[in-house]
Amino acid sequence: MLKDITIGQYFPGDSIIHRLDARFKIIFSILAAAMLFTAQNFIGLGIAAVFIVMCYAVSGIRFRMILKSLKPIIPLLIFTGILNLFFIKGEEVLAEWWIFKIYADGARIAAFMIIRIITLITGMSLLTYTSSPIMLTDAIEALLAPLKKLRFPVHELAMMMMIALRFIPLLIEETDKIMMAQKARGANLDAKGLIKKAKALIPILIPLFISAFKRANELAMAMECRCYRGGEGRTRLKKLTCSAIDFLALGLILCVFGLIIVNNFVF
Amino acid sequence: MDIIKTENLDFDYEILDDKGQVSECNPALRGVNLTVQKGEFLAVLGHNGSGKSTLAKHLNGILLPTRGKVFVNNIDVSDDSKIYEIRQTVGMVFQNPDNQIVAAIVEEDVAFALENLGVPPLEIRERIDEAMKLVDIYKYHKHAPHRLSGGQKQRVAIAGVIAMRPQCIVLDEPTAMLDPKGRKEVMKTIKMLNGMGVTVVLITHYMEEAAQARRVVVMDKGEIIMDGTPREIFAEVEKLKAVGLDVPQVTELAYELRKAGVDLPADILNEEECVKELVKLLQ
Repeated sequence: MLKDITIGQYFPGDSIIHRLDARFKIIFSILAAAMLFTAQNFIGLGIAAVFIVMCYAVSGIRFRMILKSLKPIIPLLIFTGILNLFFIKGEEVLAEWWIFKIYADGARIAAFMIIRIITLITGMSLLTYTSSPIMLTDAIEALLAPLKKLRFPVHELAMMMMIALRFIPLLIEETDKIMMAQKARGANLDAKGLIKKAKALIPILIPLFISAFKRANELAMAMECRCYRGGEGRTRLKKLTCSAIDFLALGLILCVFGLIIVNNFVF
Repeated sequence: MDIIKTENLDFDYEILDDKGQVSECNPALRGVNLTVQKGEFLAVLGHNGSGKSTLAKHLNGILLPTRGKVFVNNIDVSDDSKIYEIRQTVGMVFQNPDNQIVAAIVEEDVAFALENLGVPPLEIRERIDEAMKLVDIYKYHKHAPHRLSGGQKQRVAIAGVIAMRPQCIVLDEPTAMLDPKGRKEVMKTIKMLNGMGVTVVLITHYMEEAAQARRVVVMDKGEIIMDGTPREIFAEVEKLKAVGLDVPQVTELAYELRKAGVDLPADILNEEECVKELVKLLQ
């Protein structure tokens, strides 16, 4: 059950998208999001969607994965759809039933919003699908580097992310073990009702927290033994390198962005 | 030439009350004088709470002595300016392999120490490949650590330490959480490293592992009570039992047989020796 959780899942590969510099990929994702919010009509949205689908095709990530990434946001999609469908008023009435009226404008905006969210999530997922966690944390550290001047602990943040990613599978496994141990002692973990459910979590969370603190203590000691002393003077095994392809990709995405802006003025 | 030397080392675990005053003082080490020669394979034996892990943590400045001194290559470990030099000289491997692996990919973790030391990337590549091949985990270099077995994970941790090219490795019960197969793999790696000239200090409570060392030190209640070759140590069965330790099974067998009047030497350490002596007797 807990094994299904896939945070920042990464599919190793050797496509052009995989090989792009992670720093650029983060910027591309931000640009893609900006693009989707700039598009004011279906044509603009369509251009962005086609572009994202093309990226998936190039990356070699199976289209099935798009559906998988959308699964958790289905409730959000339904909620957005219903809200827009029933609460936006227009002139042309499409259907009427009891006190509900659906207007053409409402239907249009609902569809527009749903497509926008779907493309947004699919686009963002491509980033984690094609970049390893370490590349991503390195890229975040590099991109936030200017904040160091403001005394923002950029290196520490990246290190914390790296350690968190390393320990997520361990802690999931441990939670499974604790749950089994507590069940063996007669804990009722499948209790019904919100308060009972919350109470059932206590015998799982307390041992998990204690063990996490113990692990943190030992990890800190092991890091000290290996001469860890913060980001100052640290080198990296894999340096992020950008090449002509990265700038070419940047050019391409800016072109698509431009197309969408022009499209907004034309239609 | 000695690489590690402790002089009258005392260490107290102090428990502070709300006002920051010492309310309780638990002595963990008392007057420990230990020298470790370069290239030596030393095992430190002791039951739980004998102070052996506390001693290990003094050997590279993770803990600093309450009283007394610890020297690594004649450098005082309480010298703050030399601490990274000391930690590079004396590497440390802990019991739980999961809690000492930092990165989510094997090779990244092996590189961690070198990254901290500011080694240029090309040299890091060279040194981690060498370290991973040495402990025989190179074929897993792109794997996630949590997919490996206990023995493999512990060897990743060892690789992460030897990538620093330390002169000495201190291992604090490195096999305690492993299955018999993983234990064998790790012991083989440790012996191989010692064969290459790396000084090894192995903290353990497995007698069979201690029997493989060249010198054994026995600790009890924070003090060193015995110091000698495995033969000398394990010959004193009663003294070991008095501090809650066992002897290797064959040594115990020989001891019981001697008590029953069979004429066997007192210092039998492994099965082959025991068989040889018994055959000699029966002929």
